[in-house]
Amino acid sequence: MRTAFITDIHANREALEAVLDDIDTEGVDRIVCLGDIVGYGPDPVAAVDIVAGLADRGAIIIKGNHDHAVDAGWHSMSENAARAMKWTAARLGPAEKTFLADLPLGHREGDALFVHASAHNPESWPYVLEAHDAAQSFAATDARLIFSGHTHVPALFHTLIGTLATGKMLTFRPVADKPVPLSGIRRYHAVIGAVGQPRDRDSRACWGLWDDGAGELTWRRVPYDVEATVAKVQAAGLPDRLWMRLLTGD
Amino acid sequence: MLPRDLAPGAAVDGFVLKERIAVGGMGAIWSVEHPDHSGPLVMKLPFLGAGADVSTIIGYETEAMILRRLSGRHVPAFVAAGDLAVLPYIVMERVSGTPLDERLRLGPMAVEEVARVGARIAAAVEDIHRQHVVHLDLKTGNVILLERGAVLIDFGLARHDELPDLFAEESDLPMGSPATISPEQLVGDRTQPASDIFALGCVLYEMATGEPPFGEPVSLAGQKRRLFAPPRPPRSLDRKVPRWMQEIILKCLEVEAGRRYASAGQLLFDLRHPDQVPLTERADRAGQEGFTGRIRGWLGGRRAEQMPPQRKVPIARRISTAPVVMAAVDLARGADPLANEVRLHVRRVLDAEEGARLACVTVLKTKLVGDDDTPDEAGRSAYLARLIALKDWARTLDVPEERVSFHVLEAVNPGDAILDYASHNRVDHIVMGARAASALRRHLGSVSSHVVAEALCSVTVVRLKESDASE
Repeated sequence: MRTAFITDIHANREALEAVLDDIDTEGVDRIVCLGDIVGYGPDPVAAVDIVAGLADRGAIIIKGNHDHAVDAGWHSMSENAARAMKWTAARLGPAEKTFLADLPLGHREGDALFVHASAHNPESWPYVLEAHDAAQSFAATDARLIFSGHTHVPALFHTLIGTLATGKMLTFRPVADKPVPLSGIRRYHAVIGAVGQPRDRDSRACWGLWDDGAGELTWRRVPYDVEATVAKVQAAGLPDRLWMRLLTGD
Repeated sequence: MLPRDLAPGAAVDGFVLKERIAVGGMGAIWSVEHPDHSGPLVMKLPFLGAGADVSTIIGYETEAMILRRLSGRHVPAFVAAGDLAVLPYIVMERVSGTPLDERLRLGPMAVEEVARVGARIAAAVEDIHRQHVVHLDLKTGNVILLERGAVLIDFGLARHDELPDLFAEESDLPMGSPATISPEQLVGDRTQPASDIFALGCVLYEMATGEPPFGEPVSLAGQKRRLFAPPRPPRSLDRKVPRWMQEIILKCLEVEAGRRYASAGQLLFDLRHPDQVPLTERADRAGQEGFTGRIRGWLGGRRAEQMPPQRKVPIARRISTAPVVMAAVDLARGADPLANEVRLHVRRVLDAEEGARLACVTVLKTKLVGDDDTPDEAGRSAYLARLIALKDWARTLDVPEERVSFHVLEAVNPGDAILDYASHNRVDHIVMGARAASALRRHLGSVSSHVVAEALCSVTVVRLKESDASE
C-alpha cells in the first residue's frame, strides 16, 4: 500500500494544494494527515475545509497542538504562535471548530503508529528532534514504525531490534526525493517535514511517500507559490516573522 | 535449515544452490541458478547464530541497499536479497575474472602493468563515486580483473551519501581492512571519497613492491601507526619503481585527505600519463624517513586526529568539483582569435571549478600512414613546434604546474582523436572552438559538431561572435 503523509499544513493553502497535486500525480492508495492543519498561516478555513474533504474520502486525520489550541487555548504557546492562534480562532466557524476538536491524538494500525508529536506523552506535544527524543517515543509504544510531524524538520531515527538490538539510536537526515529503504530488523521513527512552514532551510513544501510493499519511505519536496502566501500573511497583519520564515524555510 | 548445513540442490527463495565456491567463518558463497534469471549467479549467505557479530548482518543490509542502487560495468549486477529478518542473503552476477590478490601471489607487477591495472581500478572507483558511493574497503581481494575492466566487489562497509549510514555510531571500532584502512576511517570519519584514494594507493604500492605499505596490523594501535609513521618509499624497496610512480603512490598515501588526489579521475589521468606527472619531493624520498620526515608525518597525524568533522558535502559533488577539463584548441593557424576566445572560456571554467585539472590538447593532422612508416625528422619537428605553441597558448592561463598537462595528438580525424582522448581519460568537460559556418563546412561536417554529438561528457563550444551578413 502506498500512503501519503501530510503534516503541519498551518493554513498555507498554496502549499497544501501544490502537495495534493503532487500526490495526485504520484498516485497513492490513501492519505494520512499528521496534524496542525491551522495556526501561523492566512487560510485556516480553506485548509480545514480541504482536509475535511480528504477525511470524507477516507483519509486518516490526527490532531496537532495548533488544532487543539483552537478549543483549548494558546496560553502555553510562543508570542507569535499565540497571536496567530487568536487571529485563527476568530475566523473559524463552528463546523471547522467541531471538526478540529473531534480529531484523535493518534492512530494505530498493525505495527505502525501515526501521531502528531511523539508516542511519549502525546498530549504534551514533545518535539522529536534528536536521538534521545526518539528513544523516549519508542519506549512509550510497541509499534515498530512511528510516523510524526510537529518539528517541521525531516528526520529518520532507527535502531536494531530483537536479538540484534544494540541499544544505539541512529539519526539520518533524509535527502529530498531519494527513497530510503526500511528494513525488517529495525524500528523507525520517521519525522515528516512540514507542508506549510518548512524549517530545514528548504522552503519547498514537504510530504512523505511510504510504500510498505517496497519497504521505502521518501521525503518529497514540492515548490509552490510562496510569494502568494507571503502576501496573504502580510495582508492579514500576522507577525512579520511568520512570512519571513516561509521565504527562507527556517 | 541453517545456512551452514545447506547442500547442493537445496533451494533458497527459488534459487537452486549448485556449488559452494567459498566458505569462511562468516558465511559461504554459492553458485546458484534461477529460472527467471539467466547468466551465472552467486549467492552470499552469512552464518548467523549465537555469538554472530551484529556487524555481519549490518554488512548484508548495507551491501543489499547499496548494490541495488549501483549500475555499470565496474560492479556486479544486483539480482535479489533475502528478508533480513528471516534469512539474509544476496544474489548477484557472478564475476568471472582474476582477483587481484590471486594475481599478486605470483609476485609484484612490472611498472607498465601497475599503471595499466591501477588506471582500470581508478576508473572503477571514479564510477562508483559518481554514483554517490564510497567503497571504504578497497583491497586486493575486493578487485576482480577482467576484459571489461576492473570490477569492485563487497560493498558491505560502503557508504551512500543519500542513504542512512548503518555503521555510523553503531560501532565504536573503525570498520575496514587492516592493510588499506584510511587514517580518517581510523578516527571515525566514513564520509570521504579520499578514503578510497588512500586504499587504492595501498593497492598500487603492493602491486609495485609486493608488500602492503603498512603491513596488516591486527590491533587498532598498530593500524593507527599510519597516522604518524609514513610508509617506506616504494623505491627504497625496489629501485625499478620509477620516480613518477613513487610520486603517484605517495600522493595517494598522504595522511591528510586534502593532500591526496582530488578525485579518482585525476589519479587515473596521472597513471595514464607518466611523462606528465609533476614530480615533487615525494618522488625522491629515500630509505627510512629522516627527522623532518617523521616530524611531517607526526604533524599530519596530529592534524588528522584533531580534524573537526568535515562539512557534509555530497560525495558526487565532491567528485564533480575536481573535474578533468580538456581544452581542445586548434593551433594549425597559430594562436588566432578563435584560439584566444577558447582560452577565455577555459579561464571561466577553471575559475568556477576550484580543484579542476586542465588537459591542453591540440591535434596535429597526419595523412593516412602505413604500419611500416617510422616517424621522420620532419614529423618530429612539426610535433615539437606544435607542443611549444600549445604551451605558449596556455601560458597566460597561469595554471599551477601540478594541475596542467599538454598533449599533441597525431591523427587523421581530429574529432575522433578528441573523443578518444576524452573517454580514455574520463574527461568531465571539453572546451573547444568552432569555426564560422560555411557551405563547405556544412557539407563536410565540423569537428565540434562531431564531438558534441558523440562526447560522453559536457562540451562547451566557443565561437567568435560575428554580425549577421544579411543586416
